[in-house]
Amino acid sequence: MSIIDVEGLTKSFGGFTAVDGITFQVKAGEVFAFLGPNGAGKTTTIKMLTTLLKAGGGRITIDGHDVAADPMGVRRSFGIVFQDPSLDDELSARENMQLHAVLYAVPPAEVDARVTEMLRFVDLLDRQASMVKTFSGGMKRRLEIARGLLHHPKILFLDEPTVGLDPQTRNHIWDYIQRLQRQEGITVFLTTHYMDEAEKVADRVAIIDHGKLVVQGTPKQLKARTRTRSLEAAFIKLTGHGIRAEEASGTDKMRQARKMWRR
Amino acid sequence: MRVLHILWLRQLKRYFRSRARMIGSLGQPLLFLLAFGFGFGPIFQKAGGGDYLQFLAPGIITMGVLFTAMFSGIEVIWDKQFGFLKETLVAPVSRLSIMAGRTLGGATVATLQGVVVLGLAMLAGFRPSSWALFPLALGFMFLVALLFTALGTALASVLEDMQGFQLIMNFLVMPIFFLSGALFPLKDTPGPMALIARLDPLAYGVDGLRGTLTGVSQFPLGLDLAVLGLLTAFFLALGARLFSKIQI
Repeated sequence: MSIIDVEGLTKSFGGFTAVDGITFQVKAGEVFAFLGPNGAGKTTTIKMLTTLLKAGGGRITIDGHDVAADPMGVRRSFGIVFQDPSLDDELSARENMQLHAVLYAVPPAEVDARVTEMLRFVDLLDRQASMVKTFSGGMKRRLEIARGLLHHPKILFLDEPTVGLDPQTRNHIWDYIQRLQRQEGITVFLTTHYMDEAEKVADRVAIIDHGKLVVQGTPKQLKARTRTRSLEAAFIKLTGHGIRAEEASGTDKMRQARKMWRR
Repeated sequence: MRVLHILWLRQLKRYFRSRARMIGSLGQPLLFLLAFGFGFGPIFQKAGGGDYLQFLAPGIITMGVLFTAMFSGIEVIWDKQFGFLKETLVAPVSRLSIMAGRTLGGATVATLQGVVVLGLAMLAGFRPSSWALFPLALGFMFLVALLFTALGTALASVLEDMQGFQLIMNFLVMPIFFLSGALFPLKDTPGPMALIARLDPLAYGVDGLRGTLTGVSQFPLGLDLAVLGLLTAFFLALGARLFSKIQI
């Protein structure tokens, strides 16, 4: 059963095509890593999946709801941690959580207990009354993850959740996410620049470049296909200069063609 | 309703927590009140205008409301840049209730600001002619507050960043303020200016507040109320429409 179903998704800004007819499915309960170099179209795709941006073409179905026809149904089904912070700095950690609980119609009787539970989950319970503006980058990220999970979503979108964090905090965050996925069976859709992290946590990986889906499969399949030993090497082989240089080089193609004729 | 309430509460919390902003936004009305009030007072008196402070105070109260309301609306840009807007836009609530909640919050804050300026004006010597119409005066302040919070929200919805803020202040907010009759009586101004002032939404707010607080007004209070009410409804609708179209 796929919980995210994307078909022929396209988005252009002016003359520039940011996302160019991509198709993929994410199964319920899996960790799906959406990878690509800067400007490849990752964030644009996430924005369309999460109803922030209207798709230019194609169809998106999330948890059985069509994004264009039933955005409210889609919004109820996911939580999201954005690439850049989206907390209110002038409110305390607890107030940010309470506001989120109201936006997502968490029953009033349950709000306090759930907020406490989630703050404990990310080790921020002792700082719950502090204003968010006094938090470090890592603390803000943890709070955002706690907030994204507060309403028990079926899908969690993570847009580069560990960017700019130290290795300790990064490990913590991935531990949380993996624990959550195992315990609650939540589907995780993530983007990251850290290939080692993707290799460690992702069940399946899709690589996007220049708005097009280059490849998708398990990290193992991708490594086997590119004959590389790490996902990072596979990623660079698929998107890096090596491949583009070969494509651009006419002499390479001529040599290959000559070889073929001689045979 | 819960959504409306919590977003309303958020605006209030932000206002009360930011002391610098509170004091800063009181500084300007206070300066105008004292400098103009005591500076032009004697001339105004000699020209037969009566007590200038009595005339000026309602105008300055309206100014306090105008600036705070406009700023509350424009704050949507801040939320765009600092990301909080995304949190509300991906939530399963209608854009209309988000816009309504924060606009009501902004308007409440602006009205409070007006009441504080009224207090300052009274410290400077202003005396309302009667307290009977005070609820109506509050009503005028709230209408002005709603109108300009909605206008600010509408502008912020189509602007990308704070670059245009100076433009709005100098070419929209300042003219609206200066041509509203807040500082001088409109009835003796030259024709073209009187005409422009009639098109200024704030003129009806200033006039209504002056009428309810001092008993002297240029237009009938009913007209002030009707014009202001209609314009507020229009700008609320416009703000809601533009806000609901925001794409990030």
